[in-house]
Amino acid sequence: MSSINKNAAQLRATIVGNKLVGQYHQILISVGDLVDKCKPGNFVAISVGGDSSKMILRRAFAISRVAHSTSFGGTMELIVAPHGQGSKWLCAQPEGAIIDLVAPLGSAFGIPTEPVQVLLVGGGYGSAPLFGLAEVLKSRGCKVDMLLGASTSSKIYAPMEGKRSVNSLRIYTEDGSMGIAGKVADPISELISDLDVAVIYSCGPMGMLAAISAITADKDVVHQCAVEESMACGIGICMTCVLPVRNEDNSISMLRSCIDGPVMDGANVMWDLVGKNPTVTQ
Amino acid sequence: MSVADLSTTFSNAWFPTPVFTASGCASSGKELAQFFPLKDIGAVVTKSIMNKARLGRPTPRMAETPSGMLNSIGLQGPGIDTFIEKDIPWLVEQKARIIVSIAGETIEEYSTLARKLRSVSGISAIEVNISCPNVENRGLVFACDPEASRKVIDGVRRTIGGELPIIAKLSPDVTDIVSIARGVVDAGADGIALINTVLGMVINLSTMRPHLGGKTGGLSGPAIRPIAVRAIYQVHAAIPDIPILGMGGVTSGRDAFEMILAGASAVSVGTASFGNPMAIPHIQEELKSLLEEKGFKQMKDAIGFAHRSDEQHE
Repeated sequence: MSSINKNAAQLRATIVGNKLVGQYHQILISVGDLVDKCKPGNFVAISVGGDSSKMILRRAFAISRVAHSTSFGGTMELIVAPHGQGSKWLCAQPEGAIIDLVAPLGSAFGIPTEPVQVLLVGGGYGSAPLFGLAEVLKSRGCKVDMLLGASTSSKIYAPMEGKRSVNSLRIYTEDGSMGIAGKVADPISELISDLDVAVIYSCGPMGMLAAISAITADKDVVHQCAVEESMACGIGICMTCVLPVRNEDNSISMLRSCIDGPVMDGANVMWDLVGKNPTVTQ
Repeated sequence: MSVADLSTTFSNAWFPTPVFTASGCASSGKELAQFFPLKDIGAVVTKSIMNKARLGRPTPRMAETPSGMLNSIGLQGPGIDTFIEKDIPWLVEQKARIIVSIAGETIEEYSTLARKLRSVSGISAIEVNISCPNVENRGLVFACDPEASRKVIDGVRRTIGGELPIIAKLSPDVTDIVSIARGVVDAGADGIALINTVLGMVINLSTMRPHLGGKTGGLSGPAIRPIAVRAIYQVHAAIPDIPILGMGGVTSGRDAFEMILAGASAVSVGTASFGNPMAIPHIQEELKSLLEEKGFKQMKDAIGFAHRSDEQHE
């Protein structure tokens, strides 16, 4: 057997909850023992549209949280924005609907061995997996502070119960409709020194991840970011979701964000080369 | 009644089933091995490998289209030396049948690749990909030029000797695919792979520019299946003795059966694996049931069945 996708299984699973939270759908899926293998940062790939659909590719969603022994057994939670045809289809599925999924996929957030100060930064619904991560970090004794940002208040995802795991939560909106007016990356530099942050965990749009990487470049802070690049398969065979990543010898590799990510070391991703023709130095 | 024999052959290469991966849609096998044992399918056709490591095209590299997708990977890969050192031994260990797909920028590069593969043990056949659409210069798509196609296959044939079967992978983006097929067979190809992706484009309505980083991409999936069936039918009608590896949107046993009836000796499954990692074993099972249902004792009897006249049908 291979070490790639080693925890992944394909199964038909039942949707046991689907409710609207702000602009997003909180979808709960009964997946049984599979939750034991799911770690914060992992994602799930779901078939959409039904058997006769013209949509032939799975859709990838971050697993925001798992619960081990609910009345439905093990469940995974997804926070889905109904933007495209596939996510709209998923959000329209009623409780009791059966979906075909492959999970858990991808890399997970690394958890510090020491109880250190960490900062979680989420953009839009990218905040979803950070709440599950916060619970794990808190249980390991880490001090967890969180920043959430979005263009406007309706795009902030911050469930009440999620706030319990964090020491502080600050919200930034670009239009000032909620929390502080500005970008979520604005206060990070100051917070790193004020709080003595050891690790930043981030999930959100590419621009936000790149901005955080720029801030941490000359600081003694680890930046673990969950990237998002459009992917066809989610299991490493299509080679579409690649990002330019710097190797130890300064050469560049185009790594797949599905199996070498989604969690990557922000310091190694060459953000300014994303979408450009990298020079062949591999 | 059950099908006694699903096996198929390409020249001297034997395969237990006629369902293979498609090159570029299974990497080098490791990713799919979590979902099914690679030895259970006909063969693993590895992602087209070039002489040197290659980073490929910029993102975005894909766009979903109705019943299909465009890809613009640009032959990203580790290069032949790393491939031979790392990927082949692993596949051999899995007891998979291996078809190595090769791609070059020049006629000489194909010969170099063939020379490096000549002495590697555990390979069943070589797929010579002369039709990748994701190259900078369309003039480099050898399969669009009968003379260039012939030269590439001739070079590989001379280098590799008579032992290893050569399967030439052709593009559907030509006026007369039969003449290209005849050319490569004359030059020494033992089989023909039909079809590579169809060149296409999507414009992004937000940016109002081509969506893919490489601007154009290869269309695959069920959307192109009728094109593949037509190409297989035409080539089999013209050169019935040459085995065809059929591909292009095969998603079910029904689709595989259709290509076999059109003249394919085996089928490759590509894009379907993106949507379903278990697609290949499922297709294999469905094909077996269909052959049984239609009363075929061996898969080989169904190859090219669609060409038979009604009298022969009796």
